[in-house]
Amino acid sequence: MTAQVITVTSGKGGVGKTTAVANLANALAMDGKRVVCIDGDIGLRNLDVVMGLENRIVYDLVDVIEGRCKLKQAMIRDKRYPELYLIPAAQTRDKNAVSPSDMVRICNDLRADSDFVIIDSPAGIERGFRNSIAAADRVLVVTNPEVSAVRDADRVVGILEAEEKGSPALILNRLNPALVRNNDMLSAEDVLDLLGIQLIGIVPEDETVIIGSNRGAPVAADGKSRAGQAFRNIAKRLQGQDVPFMDLEPQSGLWSAIQKITGRK
Amino acid sequence: MDQITALAQIKGIRDGLLATFVEAPWDEQRQALLAQIDEKPAFFQGARLALDIGSQILKVNDLVDLRDLLSERNVSLWAVISESVVTEQTAQLLGLATRISKPRPEERKQAPEVNEETALFVNKTLRSGTRIEFPGNVVVVGDVNPGAEIIADGNVIVWGRVRGMIHAGCKGNRSATICALDLSATQLRIADEVSAVLRPQKDPKPEIASINKEGRLQAELWQTG
Repeated sequence: MTAQVITVTSGKGGVGKTTAVANLANALAMDGKRVVCIDGDIGLRNLDVVMGLENRIVYDLVDVIEGRCKLKQAMIRDKRYPELYLIPAAQTRDKNAVSPSDMVRICNDLRADSDFVIIDSPAGIERGFRNSIAAADRVLVVTNPEVSAVRDADRVVGILEAEEKGSPALILNRLNPALVRNNDMLSAEDVLDLLGIQLIGIVPEDETVIIGSNRGAPVAADGKSRAGQAFRNIAKRLQGQDVPFMDLEPQSGLWSAIQKITGRK
Repeated sequence: MDQITALAQIKGIRDGLLATFVEAPWDEQRQALLAQIDEKPAFFQGARLALDIGSQILKVNDLVDLRDLLSERNVSLWAVISESVVTEQTAQLLGLATRISKPRPEERKQAPEVNEETALFVNKTLRSGTRIEFPGNVVVVGDVNPGAEIIADGNVIVWGRVRGMIHAGCKGNRSATICALDLSATQLRIADEVSAVLRPQKDPKPEIASINKEGRLQAELWQTG
């Protein structure tokens, strides 16, 4: 059995890539999968904080690449799930410390002993982004229902198509159904209409996500959180299960419309 | 050895280094370039490299391979200059510049067969960051997304939604037109006229934009018959 390498990227910063990686990794681990997360944001590392593993870092990704430690030594075991690991980024270096072929090599070394390798890409379309997508079997693009975030996501989708990485899947993060109802926010339909890619999940705006990130305890483990439920559903879809989309707004025809759009693609 | 490296010349320009090539198959040109870099690795550390590849047609994989080979040598590829529209588009899709500030030594030769009846046919949606420049008409079957640009000497026809920027008649042809199934562009230009903001419509209908008798850029519903 060999792992699937999934890269989470967005173009624009601050849309929730790192949060999505931490939550999907936790949700997959809850389903008993062996998961390794890699923080691709060399120089601006965050994933360790969101996963609550900051104080356990000894070695990082650049140490592995430059041969100062073995791959296993840089893999930090999660506090809750023994089959979940993090390979942190180096904070004191920059993106040039890693090359695309380094990432391919490391991911290939990880494939044998895990089910999912999830790479947290930095924002932008430069070196760090290229490193992060080099090894990807599958790419998830995260965006918010904002015009600027959607435009950047569109650019990233174009680059991924040009690099023949296949069509990525979309995570629409921080959707606020009340604002959409009042026409104050782009709807899921608007975003899908523009990007024309497959939707893998919609995460509703939920303050428990921020609290969880600050505490280093991703909300995927919180049975009561709506956003946590959304991430758990995405994790199930990554495993090939057919999970219906959450009913955020039962009184409108939005969801049937989304299913129509995604069904068509 | 000398024979192969002679296929590529590298010289300094204001924006970094520029590599030009003697006509040869791409494999040999690429080999020549890498051989020159490998001869003096210290000199090329951290360099910004632009390529002038003439009329060579390169596919995405060719450029991606070269870019990765260069980045392993700590050389960053930032621009690809080409006479081929295909290669230019490929380079743009990868986020590379296709022009450098230094003017080209010789004026770009315009393909002789381009006249007012020539059109570039683009059968896909143009995503953000894509820029198409063509010295004739442009026909797109697909959408033009926000952040994408089309600049044409002639007319532009889009069988889809326009939400990016379109400039028709860019060399001053005031009789050029822009038509689309849904014309909710961020901006339209014909010759030197710039449109006011076009509002996205609830129920889009095909429209045609042109310069009217008062000399203003205007969009009208498409009338059949």
